[in-house]
Amino acid sequence: MTRLPIRLTVNGEPAEVLAEPRTHLADLLRGELLLTGTHIGCEHGVCGACTVELDGAPARSCITHAGACDGATIRTIEGFGEDAVMAALREAFSAEHALQCGYCTPGMLVAARDIVLRLPGADEARVREELSGNLCRCTGYRGIVRAVMRVLEERRGR
Amino acid sequence: MKPAPFAYARPADWPAALALLGSGARPVAGGQSIGPMLNLRMAQPGLVADLRHLPEFGGIAVQGGTCRIGAGTTHAAIEDGAVPGRLGAILAGVARRIAYRPVRNRGTIGGSLAHADPAADWVAVLPAFPGHAVALGPAGERRIPLAGFVTGIFETALRPEEVLRAIELPLLPPETRWGHWKFCRKPGEFSKATACLLAIPGQAPRAVLAALDGPPLPIPDATALLAAPEAEADRLLATLPGLEPWRAALARTALRRAAGMAAAGMPTA
Repeated sequence: MTRLPIRLTVNGEPAEVLAEPRTHLADLLRGELLLTGTHIGCEHGVCGACTVELDGAPARSCITHAGACDGATIRTIEGFGEDAVMAALREAFSAEHALQCGYCTPGMLVAARDIVLRLPGADEARVREELSGNLCRCTGYRGIVRAVMRVLEERRGR
Repeated sequence: MKPAPFAYARPADWPAALALLGSGARPVAGGQSIGPMLNLRMAQPGLVADLRHLPEFGGIAVQGGTCRIGAGTTHAAIEDGAVPGRLGAILAGVARRIAYRPVRNRGTIGGSLAHADPAADWVAVLPAFPGHAVALGPAGERRIPLAGFVTGIFETALRPEEVLRAIELPLLPPETRWGHWKFCRKPGEFSKATACLLAIPGQAPRAVLAALDGPPLPIPDATALLAAPEAEADRLLATLPGLEPWRAALARTALRRAAGMAAAGMPTA
């Protein structure tokens, strides 16, 4: 099948790759651009491990195919180094033991950052609801929820 | 878990989109339903037409008492209040319960309705509204009553040469009552039974029972369901033989709870 030129902005840098239209964004990021921080779990949009920021909002990279990404702006977990909210979440994830094997963590962090910014008043029940699209098979939700709550409360206290 | 090969086209305008449809392309909006089906190879189109970049595909326009919601409007936009007034509050409550936020950021109301998965949320609630699906074909726009738009599992009243362009709904008075209940074992999962009831002042209440093994069941006059939810839910379920007992029990509960919420005048969320 013909490969199409796909132009993207990834973590602030322009990129151009040749990809089959059927290639999904997670494979494109990992295989072509070697950004392996994006993890692939279920590959049908359920587990959330592959969540990245696509045109400014979290999206599933495994069910977004290459053609649809031409012209898109993407931020992967590697692109949040300078981000203050992500820095606070990284600290909180560590302090609250919110990672075990780490497989779900990149998607959890992208989802958690969205919760913190979009729902500054969220309580624990809402955080759990919002995190329901990210599966952790180490049964680590308790720590993850505490980490998100810690950052929300820090920001509310300021 | 990788799609079968397909070709990709991004039409620049609506005539080009319709021409692609005419050549057999599978139209795709947000891709949040077809994406998993491609990966699972349940769908194997030869050519995909990406509608996302078409002019005025998304967005809300209010004219007179009608709200026109572009088919490409995302669930997240509706969740965040893009639709005004009481209608917007009701739709926002539905949108918030669709899958997960990263899915809602891409998935669209029109894509979901046209895909016509029996368990999908807009498929289950839009037939309750006295509004229309706006189909665009080579001859122009055609309006299809929402109560009859979904005709079967993954089947709609759209003709092969048509694309869903918009959804038109009447703006609702503030005292409109609404009840909506769906059963998912886990938040965001596909529903196993959904019911809703819309009571607009001065009109017969309308209800829908959905997420069954077929198209949604519109109940055009739900006066009895609103007045006596228990008895009427039992009567409606008796007209649906063949449902497994656990599905029937969930469907009965969905009807009773949706009617109860509307009767109590509960807010949407």
